Amino acid sequence: MVLANFFEDVGKYVLMMRKVMTFPQRWKMFFRQYMDEVQKLGLDSIWIVIIISFFIGAVIVVQIALNMNNAFLPRYTVGFVSREIVVLEFSSSIMSLILAGKVGSNIASEIGTMRVTEQIDALELMGVNSANYLVLPKLVGLMTFIPVLVVLSMVLGIFGGYFVCHFTHIVAVADFEYGIQSFFKPFYVWYSISKSICFGGIIASVSAFFGYYAEGGSLEVGKASTNAVVMSSILILISDLVLTNLMMQ
Amino acid sequence: MIEAKHIIKSFGERTILDDINAVFEAGKTNLIIGRSGSGKTVLLKNLVGLYRPDSGEILYNGRDITKMRIGEVKVLRQEVGMLFQGSALFDSMTVFENVFFPLQMFSGMSRKEMVKRTEFCLERVQLKDAGHRYPSEISGGMMKRAAIARAISLNPKYLFCDEPNSGLDPQTSIVIDELIHDITVEYDMTTVINTHDMNSVMNIGDKIIFISQGKKGWEGNKNELMKSENQELNDFIFASDLFKKVKKAENLNLLK
Repeated sequence: MVLANFFEDVGKYVLMMRKVMTFPQRWKMFFRQYMDEVQKLGLDSIWIVIIISFFIGAVIVVQIALNMNNAFLPRYTVGFVSREIVVLEFSSSIMSLILAGKVGSNIASEIGTMRVTEQIDALELMGVNSANYLVLPKLVGLMTFIPVLVVLSMVLGIFGGYFVCHFTHIVAVADFEYGIQSFFKPFYVWYSISKSICFGGIIASVSAFFGYYAEGGSLEVGKASTNAVVMSSILILISDLVLTNLMMQ
Repeated sequence: MIEAKHIIKSFGERTILDDINAVFEAGKTNLIIGRSGSGKTVLLKNLVGLYRPDSGEILYNGRDITKMRIGEVKVLRQEVGMLFQGSALFDSMTVFENVFFPLQMFSGMSRKEMVKRTEFCLERVQLKDAGHRYPSEISGGMMKRAAIARAISLNPKYLFCDEPNSGLDPQTSIVIDELIHDITVEYDMTTVINTHDMNSVMNIGDKIIFISQGKKGWEGNKNELMKSENQELNDFIFASDLFKKVKKAENLNLLK
């Protein structure tokens, strides 16, 4: 039964994505919606990205500095390890998990409410491809803006570490600066951005799926929103593992 | 004209519509009446193509919607306007934008023409001054009128209304009923209204189809309705004291 439901959901997701992945009926409207979505899903998420990245970057440095008190390890290791954590995993994967909560629930509840209040039926009845009209701008908006958030997160995560070194002297600022410049591979930044684009696609499409097929009333919209966040998070973690194996080997 | 022929629709084991045959005439307000859960909304959703019947035909002037491809259905839907039970106005858009939206998507008009048409439709439903307001900022009656304006913006040949008076006070209900009726006659549309409001039935029921437990129980007009011998229909109509008194008065020839 569970397996049957799973395959049914996969089938519905594929069918919805087939409707989404068509050319917009009106390009002008699509671009206007796209800009709205960039504003709503991307620009409005900047503050949460700034705050979380800065503080987590700072905490990473404190934790590493306190736990790497080994005379054989040079102090610049703290800067090096912090950078690797921030660039490789935190800014893409963890930030995407956080965005799945903020943006995913927003998408699922918005589309879900439109479904239960018959607004999607109204679109369909007018002859509008509702999946394409509602989901494509969100999908493209998030996938194109998430790299900006990831790069911002990287910069602020490292700056958070620098900030804590500067004010607490837990590691000398010079050591930290040397560490974050050591053994730097630009590919890691591209790897992280590529992952985030994939995660953006997962967040937008999976959340839209749960909203699009919501049935009932406000209770079901709430459930759809929760399921969207949970499923997006699980899929982000699984694809993180797969992509890391594919791209880093 | 819309013809429904031998419509059967089930959800799982439950048969909701059982061999429904009906003709909905152009230039008339065709009412589908029946108790809650009798299958009225399912029939309406089958007629507009939101549901596909398990068997049977739905002919729009001879064109069978059940056999059309998706592209053909989309073209047909541009000839269809629908007023949903909860109005279904897009809450991210103002009233003006809601009416403007179908024109923008499908009309091919210039911006100036679209604005003019939108203003005309809003004026037709007496909402010209509310164009800048969002659906959450207007009353239920205004929402219904805005939804009617949106439904008629593309000059549809067919208009469907699902419970147009639900949640409205009796006075506003009459305004909405008369508006729908006037528009139907004015544009010679085929209008199908799903309702259980007996005031609407007596007010604008040019043609009435009574659905009971998924089957067509009765068919006629508002004059024939009061004289019907159909027990199920009478139980439905005369559930209210007011209509019992009307019937009694009619029997005594008091209503002339």
